[in-house]
Amino acid sequence: MATYDFLFDTTGLRGWCGEEQGGGLSSMADLMGQAGGPTETSLWDLPFPSLDALHEACSAIPQSRDLTRGLERGFLDIKDSLKVVVDPLTQPLSWALENALWIMQAVPWWIMIPVLLLITWAVGRSGRLVALVAACFGFLAFIDFYDHTMQTLAIIFVCAFICVLLGVPIGIAMSRSDRVQRGLIPVLDMLQTLPPFVYLIPLIFLFSVTEPKLYGIAIILYAIVPVVRLTDLGIRLVDKDVIEAADAFGMSKRQKLFGVQIPLALPNIMAGVNQTIMMSLAMVVIASLVSAPGLGVLVLRGIRSLELGVGLLSGLGIVLLAIILDRVTKAALARINAEQKS
Amino acid sequence: MSGDIKISVRNLYKIFGNNPRDALAKVRAGMGKTELQRETGHVLGLNDINVDMPSGKTTVIMGLSGSGKSTLIRHLNRLIEPTAGEVHVNGENILTYGERRLRQLRQKEMSMVFQKFALLPHRTVLENAGTSWQIAGKSKRDYADEARKWLNRVGLEGQGDQYPAQLSGGMQQRVGIARALTSNSDIMLMDEAFSALDPLIRTDMQNLLVELQNELAKTVIFITHDLDEALKLADHLVILKDGLVVQQGEPQNILLNPSDPYIEAFVSDINRARVLRVRSIMEKTADLPGAVAGEIDYDATLESVIAVSKGDTTHNYRVMQSGRQVGVLHMQDLVRALVPLKPGERTAGQQTR
Ligand SMILES: Nc1ncnc2c1ncn2[C@@H]1O[C@H](COP(=O)(O)OP(=O)(O)O)[C@@H](O)[C@H]1O
Ligand SMILES: [Mg+2]
Repeated sequence: MATYDFLFDTTGLRGWCGEEQGGGLSSMADLMGQAGGPTETSLWDLPFPSLDALHEACSAIPQSRDLTRGLERGFLDIKDSLKVVVDPLTQPLSWALENALWIMQAVPWWIMIPVLLLITWAVGRSGRLVALVAACFGFLAFIDFYDHTMQTLAIIFVCAFICVLLGVPIGIAMSRSDRVQRGLIPVLDMLQTLPPFVYLIPLIFLFSVTEPKLYGIAIILYAIVPVVRLTDLGIRLVDKDVIEAADAFGMSKRQKLFGVQIPLALPNIMAGVNQTIMMSLAMVVIASLVSAPGLGVLVLRGIRSLELGVGLLSGLGIVLLAIILDRVTKAALARINAEQKS
Repeated sequence: MSGDIKISVRNLYKIFGNNPRDALAKVRAGMGKTELQRETGHVLGLNDINVDMPSGKTTVIMGLSGSGKSTLIRHLNRLIEPTAGEVHVNGENILTYGERRLRQLRQKEMSMVFQKFALLPHRTVLENAGTSWQIAGKSKRDYADEARKWLNRVGLEGQGDQYPAQLSGGMQQRVGIARALTSNSDIMLMDEAFSALDPLIRTDMQNLLVELQNELAKTVIFITHDLDEALKLADHLVILKDGLVVQQGEPQNILLNPSDPYIEAFVSDINRARVLRVRSIMEKTADLPGAVAGEIDYDATLESVIAVSKGDTTHNYRVMQSGRQVGVLHMQDLVRALVPLKPGERTAGQQTR
């Protein structure tokens, strides 16, 4: 009856399958088959021997929906024990995000904007850069996007900071041991190639959507990759001759790391920080799907309720934020480069 | 060679590869570098090296590229670990040292000058010069005077606040030398320290090193692939080939008595008149040989004697050392010494040490 009956009949596995010929109607394909009446299938219509197709012939083989359900059940089973570990570990993240969001909005704009401009000046030492940042913030505030902009910035600051805090040490560990590097590269590749939406799925199950750490973790996982990679690369690229000189004059490992390797890798590390910030921005927009506040919410509104104007303007706001974040970090990078070349 | 031995290398082997132990057995049984490479894929870096490096003198290690010079000098401060053998510094086998003691050796007793300078690009010239002090935990205030003194000594007055990249190659290597001197260590390891420099600057640096040596009498281990440089600097010359010491000794002696076709090839291009000295080819005697055309210093080069004699090969000269006759130079011997000998021939006037 079913296409793959012969497989079990000829190999003598019929007994293992249990009852003669599959059980009741258990799949859509069964129903369809029933409706059309048992017909000889031509070679042209031969179905792939998938779980469902094999199930038709032998009920001991699970259907594919059993597989997905099993995965779900397995995940739900370990969820509670996983939460016991992960929850306290990530609680500071929730706390940091909540506070950053609160501060960035509670401080009045006429303090906040000058403070941000001062930071820009401190980092870039360029009047034109400060003017650009002022113009962008001015525009965003003028069109009443100020709060959303500050929310987005708050999330990016917290997440990028944590990325650097974790990513630089991980990168250093990778640079010091080929084994660690070989182990971590596939993980980094995976984090970088997974579509951002996919991170959200297990996280939604793990945490409630009202917790900021839900999107915080998603952003950090996505954005941490460049800073790790470029720290590793930067340290490995430090001139072998200089390292040898450091050894020849009796530097300890620690002195070498902080006195030679990190300073010389700094341009690469900063390039990684730049990319990390840009990727945080990309992810914070997507994370608005899981209740991350900020400009992404407006984009989402534009899509959901087809408010074209809101969608376009908030999109422009994101572009402006991207430009100033990029320019400011690049200015910092340029200054470091200039210092080392001089 | 008289005087104390500062560094002594004993039966040192270095084999690069995954399984140096097995390869070592093959090398000890007489397998050469090419054969070992072909049969086992291991590279023979050093093959049974025995060298004594005299205290306060310059030992030059010479050989073609790939002969193992860098490998050898890096064993002296254990930047490379040997496969077998011993390295004694000040009478102690440094291979028994733990990590802490080894770092102390590198900080206090040895310093190194590199072919590509290897200065710290993010530190100023002064900070680079004070590297060893800084590693020992001293602040800039502590070492600034000492570092400046040595920077001045190598000709870098007032450049302390520059960054290395702002200096020319020759000046950068002066910083490299100042960095080594500021550490006040007795031993200075120099791996092709002048090879990356232009010929004129190179000559300057060689002269600087000779001057410093006359003043400070450090134990210098100098590596070069250039025989002229080796002869200019060496008190003790070690010639390496395929990880093997083919000949070592007093440079003049090696020049006059090359023990190996490899060395003959090396020395055949040299301007012998400029390098050889009277003391190496004179007849050692306190007797006067009858008529002499004049007196010459025992350390004079043959070139200067030829100038004095105006090319007359019939003369004999009294050879003087601090006002005392130490020998007689026959101009015929001088002329003969100008041409490299075929193996087996040896001049009568030549004395071995
Ligand atoms: N880390 C290493 N691994 C494998 N082979 C090496 C290594 N270092 C040096 N060698 C080999 O050892 C030999 C001596 O090298 P080296 O000491 O650098 O020569 P030199 O300084 O005289 O040019 C060369 O054949 C080189 O290829
Ligand atoms: Mg070398």
